Amino acid sequence: MTVASANAFQESLQPQGWLRYFSFSLDHKVIGLQYLVTGFLFYLIGGALAGVIRAELASPISDFVSRETYNEVLTLHGTVMIFLWIVPVVNGGFGNYLIPFYVGARDMAFPRLNAVAFWMIPPAGILLIASHFITGSSQSGWTAYPPLSLTTPALAQVVWIVSVLLLGGSSIFGGINFIATVLKLRRPGLKLMQLPMYCWAMLGTSILVVLSTPVLAGTLLLLSFDIVAHTGFFNPAMGGNVVVYQHLFWFYSHPAVYIMVLPAFGLVSEILPIHARKPLFGYTTMVYSILAIVVLGLVVWAHHMFTSGTPPWMRLFFTIATSFIAVPTGIKFFNWLATLWGGKLALNSAMLFSCAFIVNFVFGGITGVALAQVPFDIHVHDTYFVVGHFHYIVYGGTVFVIFAAIYHWYPKFTGRMLNEDLGRLHFLLTFVGFNLCFAPQHWLGLNGMPRRVAEYDPSFTTLNQISSVGALLMAVSSLPFLYNVLVSAFRGPLAGDNPWNALTPEWLTSSPPPVENWAGEAPLVEHPYGYGVAETTLSVEAATGRDLWSATGRR
Amino acid sequence: MPIPPALVTLLLGMALVLSGLWVGYNVDLLPLDASANAPVYDALFRVLFSIGTILFLGIVGLVVFSLVRFRRRPGDRVDGQAIEGNLLLEIVWTAIPAVVVLFVGIYSYDIYERMGGMTTLNDHATMHRMAPMETLEASVGSGDGGDTPAARVWGGIGTRSDAADVLPVEVTALQFAFLFHYPEGDITSGELHVPNGRPVELRLKANDVIHAFWVPQFRLKQDVIPGQPTVLTFTPTKAGSYPIVCAELCGPYHGGMRSTVVVHEPDDYEAWFQKNSPLASTVATASATPTG
Amino acid sequence: MTSLATSTSSSSAGDVAAEGHAGHADLRLFGLATFLVADGMTFAGFFAAYLTFRAVNPLPAGSSYELELLLPSINTVLLLVSSYTFHRSGRNLLLGHTGPCRAWLLLTAALGAAFLAGQMVEYFSLPFGLTDNLFASTFYALTGFHGLHVTLGVICILLVWFQTRRGGRVSSADPFGLEATELYWHFVDGIWVILYGILYLL
Ligand code: HEA
Ligand code: HEA
Ligand code: CUA
Ligand SMILES: [Cu+2]
Repeated sequence: MTVASANAFQESLQPQGWLRYFSFSLDHKVIGLQYLVTGFLFYLIGGALAGVIRAELASPISDFVSRETYNEVLTLHGTVMIFLWIVPVVNGGFGNYLIPFYVGARDMAFPRLNAVAFWMIPPAGILLIASHFITGSSQSGWTAYPPLSLTTPALAQVVWIVSVLLLGGSSIFGGINFIATVLKLRRPGLKLMQLPMYCWAMLGTSILVVLSTPVLAGTLLLLSFDIVAHTGFFNPAMGGNVVVYQHLFWFYSHPAVYIMVLPAFGLVSEILPIHARKPLFGYTTMVYSILAIVVLGLVVWAHHMFTSGTPPWMRLFFTIATSFIAVPTGIKFFNWLATLWGGKLALNSAMLFSCAFIVNFVFGGITGVALAQVPFDIHVHDTYFVVGHFHYIVYGGTVFVIFAAIYHWYPKFTGRMLNEDLGRLHFLLTFVGFNLCFAPQHWLGLNGMPRRVAEYDPSFTTLNQISSVGALLMAVSSLPFLYNVLVSAFRGPLAGDNPWNALTPEWLTSSPPPVENWAGEAPLVEHPYGYGVAETTLSVEAATGRDLWSATGRR
Repeated sequence: MPIPPALVTLLLGMALVLSGLWVGYNVDLLPLDASANAPVYDALFRVLFSIGTILFLGIVGLVVFSLVRFRRRPGDRVDGQAIEGNLLLEIVWTAIPAVVVLFVGIYSYDIYERMGGMTTLNDHATMHRMAPMETLEASVGSGDGGDTPAARVWGGIGTRSDAADVLPVEVTALQFAFLFHYPEGDITSGELHVPNGRPVELRLKANDVIHAFWVPQFRLKQDVIPGQPTVLTFTPTKAGSYPIVCAELCGPYHGGMRSTVVVHEPDDYEAWFQKNSPLASTVATASATPTG
Repeated sequence: MTSLATSTSSSSAGDVAAEGHAGHADLRLFGLATFLVADGMTFAGFFAAYLTFRAVNPLPAGSSYELELLLPSINTVLLLVSSYTFHRSGRNLLLGHTGPCRAWLLLTAALGAAFLAGQMVEYFSLPFGLTDNLFASTFYALTGFHGLHVTLGVICILLVWFQTRRGGRVSSADPFGLEATELYWHFVDGIWVILYGILYLL
């Protein structure tokens, strides 16, 4: 027990109670929740910015904010949502909380680096938001294409670059930590092919992070030289080449979309089997499809540049490569459907959000495959069709999964249950609002409405208003959620250690878990999805002394 | 008499495919088709739309069916059946999407070829035709320095070299307007006027930042990139006026950067041309050197 | 067999406690290697940009971009030799020969400093400045970014040199500081070789 006492001594030096959530804590669970809560605050800010966008677009003329402000707002919205909400939450938040449990470790491989990575986020976020009120913020979209980004106010653009560099650095540190933890920190006896699926998702994601984020960092460095030192990398007036920027940018930012969605895939793979009371279907193919997505994801970036004057062969190659991502992704979806099939589905909030994720993502994925076809994309590139596509994926996909995951793991985080009725209300409002908001945008794009405009042809008014109403509904939907999460932390019914009767390792300890995760040694979970298998269930009972449901044996 | 499940599946599958096809061919989501490649594009769209509808309805159907049929009844504390996988199923649902995307990819390549997207732009014929553009650049004197890399043309949709009688128009995009210049008649205009049925070759260049030239009714879009002269060719097929939209964020007034393309019947176009060309009133054979 | 049982594996708590926070093997070198992969990707991005510029963007008329070969070649040799000297230093540390180890370290740092000096000389003798043209900018960005890495490396070497003193943190019992710096140094050398090939020889 020397470990325990040595660490207990270390821990006694750290702040306890709620104060530790505001400290440079090294505990992966604290850091995970720090990520989650910080990310959620930025989601509210990003959502408020989306509110400004939708308010402006409720009428065809530019009346709500000035045109410059509109561009600032949409740039901030995209940047905040991607770099401060989705990426930190699905990677840093759930990753830090769950991965050490899943590999049977007491913490991440590099706890200190982990804390550093988290604490890079608040300053970067505050810098980004505060600069809006001090110097004005970037007006060139989250893509920051030169030469536009060279001609918009320089200070604002540089602040944006610094902020994104910090966030990128944080992401890289996190990625290194996840790779080391998953590959090197597994408890003795646990094999790679026994890891819960989220570990594989995080491994794949982290590989993408480590390979692609540095390229973005380098590119933004060059861009900042162009702004500050008047070099000419991307300045056509000095013989520079703007398309090279686009290539480098998308070399990161396409993989970035898988950085945003692969962890979500992993989380769903954890949630579905538990609430369907069935093993995850096709474990092995799931693993290989994640790896296939990682490889393919690195070679499809130019599908964002079909109208940028790339050579024909290049467009052709990227069309085919992009389309083929549908194959491994499809495998995952069909496996989830098979996981549901014949199960005992609990229709709780976690399940509803997960199933809605499947529906929404398939929709966004299908429009994605359409976009991958050069001739199709030529018409709809840079229109609201694209806006519709990616909100179906990032919101309908990842954000829905984040909500599902919060409903699912909240009892683990706090030891208390969320209110199911409020949860279902939240689901209903979100689902309706989301579809109202983003479905009409596809029609708008096909019929001629470009994106990133503050004013538009009056014939598009009605659909834009429907979309704005949908956004309002989404804003309203966050009220029951916030209420639920805040109040249940104090008044929610006690959850017990394992309210879902789950088999994955994080449930085999108390809720909330002790500082070093397990009172004794980490359990060896060789069948994290062994629902309905007699021996698994029996051995869990033996290991934990608790009564778990069992199918066989008591049928 | 109970119906065998295989038959039910078959019938449902056929209904699904039929409804997908119906949706693809009957639900009209696109604006008017006013250029030669628009119908080609729309054919691709219908195919994609049908496939997408079939997949989407099928998957939504499965999810909803599962949620209803397999929901956990109150008091049921038994797990579902422990099925961990099925190799045959995995092979099937790897193969089907693979075949579908392969088909879609090849088909859209074919469409793209028919739209002129695969035309090589830097062969000799095109280079030759591009000569007037360089003179234009020299005369406009953009800030690129004297020796612009104009010899190289960047690809949008090209004219096949056999296409005769193309109407060349030089397009300059700048914050926040499009300028059209007709070398044939030395006309400069803020609107694009073209005759119905004649191929038009736009030679695009940008002065400041990236813009994009988009006519939804033509199903055509091309970024206009500073430092990269680009060609975009189309053949209008329906007379009328259509919006020209700038589709690439180019600054605060990006949303207001719009113009109109007017497709005239050939006679009307001739009249417009005569009326506006400073050269047309003088003898038509006078040398067509642009004067600035 | 029980698939889920509280393990009673033999990894006793005592011997792992020494190895780090949560009692696991030392993963710092692994982490550093992963970081170097990331760092390498930054360079890869720069190289890709440079090669594309070379392929598509002609040199604007009236601007010059010509590189001398002699000095960078000498620099290349310096760096390659320094990789070897660092290697010798590492071997000596593991053998417990602290004296030679520290001597080789100093030699390595000197070679690194000589490289930087050579780089400076080259910068000041070049006929073009940072903002003269695209290639000039790329040249300075690439070599400058690499030079920063070398500078950092030299500083680390000196730090390690300090720590290998008697009673310092780095010793044959805990060689991490030196091994990490050595890995980093070899990486920086490797990048230079690629850079030399692309920038000067191509
Ligand atoms: C999480 C984020 C995320 C994800 C996962 C995806 C996934 C995909 N995206 Fe998307 N995309 C974005 C976020 C995302 N995208 C963003 C933010 C932009 C805009 C950036 C900007 O410009 O600001 C964008 C833009 C974008 C474009 C550029 C459009 C343009 O600007 O003109 C393209 C083009 O190819 C594209 C394609 C795809 C494809 C093919 C997938 C595929 O991975 C989808 C695969 C999934 C499925 C296909 C569904 C499941 C599969 C089946 C059920 C099997 C059967 C299916 C078939 C046989 C088709 N996306
Ligand atoms: C990655 C995640 C993500 C998420 C979750 C969202 C969420 C939303 N987005 Fe966003 N969006 C992007 C990523 C995302 N977006 C990106 C990358 C772009 C491109 C930017 C660019 O072009 O550069 C974009 C662009 C974009 C546009 C196009 C702008 C344009 O091109 O002109 C629109 C327009 O409707 C839009 C709308 C919305 C809406 C209504 C939501 C809603 O779902 C939001 C719902 C949430 C809320 C409504 C929050 C609720 C809370 C409150 C309202 C309380 C606020 C209170 C306080 C702050 C105290 N988004
Ligand atoms: Cu020009 Cu947008
Ligand atoms: Cu992409």
